[in-house]
Amino acid sequence: MSDLPHPKVAMQSTRILKKRRVAGVPWYFLAPALLAYILVVVYPIVAGGSYAFTDWNGLNPVKTFVGLENFRRLLQDDQALSSLKNTVLITLSVTLVQNTLGLLLALGANSTIRTRFLLRTVLFAPAVISSLVAAYLWQYLYDPNVEGGINALLTDVGLKSLRQDWLGNPQLALFAITGTVVWQYTGYSMVIFLAGLQGVPVELYEAAELDGAGAWQSFWNVTRPMIAPAITVNLMLSVIGGFKLFDQILAMTGGGPGYATSTLSLLMYKQAFVFSRFGYSTATALVLAIIIAGVSLLQLKLLRSQELEG
Amino acid sequence: MRRHRYGLSQALLEAVMVLVTVVFAAPLYLLLVFAVRHRGDLETSAWAFPTHFDLSNFSTAWTSASLGPALLNSTLVTVVSGALVIGIGSMAAYYLARSKTRLSYGLYLLFLGGLIVPFQLGLVPLYQGMRDLNLLGTPLSLIIFYLGNLMPFTVFLYAGFLRALPPSYEEAARIDGASHLQAYVFVAFPLLRPVTGTVLILNAIGTWNDFFTPMLYTGGTKSQTLPVAIYAFVGQYSAQWELVFAGLLIAILPILIVYFLLQRSIIQGFASGVKG
Repeated sequence: MSDLPHPKVAMQSTRILKKRRVAGVPWYFLAPALLAYILVVVYPIVAGGSYAFTDWNGLNPVKTFVGLENFRRLLQDDQALSSLKNTVLITLSVTLVQNTLGLLLALGANSTIRTRFLLRTVLFAPAVISSLVAAYLWQYLYDPNVEGGINALLTDVGLKSLRQDWLGNPQLALFAITGTVVWQYTGYSMVIFLAGLQGVPVELYEAAELDGAGAWQSFWNVTRPMIAPAITVNLMLSVIGGFKLFDQILAMTGGGPGYATSTLSLLMYKQAFVFSRFGYSTATALVLAIIIAGVSLLQLKLLRSQELEG
Repeated sequence: MRRHRYGLSQALLEAVMVLVTVVFAAPLYLLLVFAVRHRGDLETSAWAFPTHFDLSNFSTAWTSASLGPALLNSTLVTVVSGALVIGIGSMAAYYLARSKTRLSYGLYLLFLGGLIVPFQLGLVPLYQGMRDLNLLGTPLSLIIFYLGNLMPFTVFLYAGFLRALPPSYEEAARIDGASHLQAYVFVAFPLLRPVTGTVLILNAIGTWNDFFTPMLYTGGTKSQTLPVAIYAFVGQYSAQWELVFAGLLIAILPILIVYFLLQRSIIQGFASGVKG
């Protein structure tokens, strides 16, 4: 961007004519985008936020204001409470596993190994396919009774005792879904870490080595601060993605067994489009939105403070 | 470490990396061999490369899941919304980046807000708006949806890029007598090519794979997109995995082909897009 040539002549004449010629890009540059954005995003969000305080069922044209009633009910609803717990649990587990694996793979790929470009291409591939397809593929692998599934593979290698009903066991199902998400997006995390790693000047490692730093010290004191923006971006993406997780859950378990894998996104969908409780559904959406907005703002703030330091 | 030549530790690292990658690639490999395997081919393991091929699953899946029309719908929605978003989104970002008024900064923040507040909050009102306008079940409903929802990200990326781009080029064009629109279309927009590539890739892959909104708007209609068709198809044939896998493979083949052809730019787009 900064390496573009500066045509001197144009710059000088610009100064003279700036006021008359350049002042104000016309409003019609902005109007179509602003109109689309307000109609499709802003207005529905404001309206949705207000429905959260009504008992609207979608049919009755009268929306009665019920104050915080929907939120009070949310706090007493077993399904809502399990959904909240599951949403937090799956977000934390995906974030932790995906980023740890992604970072390790990025460190491995940021080396002189010969297959590094091929490996990067293959590892990233799952991230471009539909999450619904990934979910069905893993539903097959988790199926306890199919040939070539995880249980069959465990039997083949003599680990029969580890066989499980992966998606049918309420203790395991949520983590089985975590596995699917981690499989699909670890390559994505890796690519972002890799971009960060490639920006670290080699001289810094040389200097650290001269100062007698070991591999761990050089990682902690050189790599980690240098890739801080990549860490923040990755955490933000996986946290927000985790909170919004929907496709995989609808496809693999539908929230079951019981409410064992129900999340806030799934609950919100079911309340609105299965049970027609629109007021209650938008209250759930509002809780989800506040959590996501809070986490995003916090992380953006962290990102900015790191950028200032760097 | 990277200065050292290829030695034992590099070979060891390479072996571990290859092994992990093989594990990650395994499910996609299974999808491939399972979809083409002859149903009677039971003597070999599901993971073995098939000895008898059967491509009839593909034609069955293609017709019973109506994948042809779904493919067309997905293409239509992705291409039209992608092009419109780039056209009007980059122009809006141009306005926001070049005009220094307080109002334009406020509007920029309004767009950025869309990155933080999830669209789910507006889900029900928007659905009802679409229903009242008789747009449900049409590709237009999805195009309108993406036009609004992809806008914050698109404006964010373009505006960030434009702020770093000196306005001298457009100003020179203006001095030579070009209108604002001409200066934008012929001078500024071509300079935005790197960010246009990123926006195009991220928006297109996101739209192509999106499931939730297309399911709500087009589920069960002839306008359904590929993921929605797959969802309905799997619901119907869940026990016949060969058939399901053939359908899944058809569904991801277009994007995988594009991915392997353009992998360098796609990976770069994903890695740089999120940093803005």
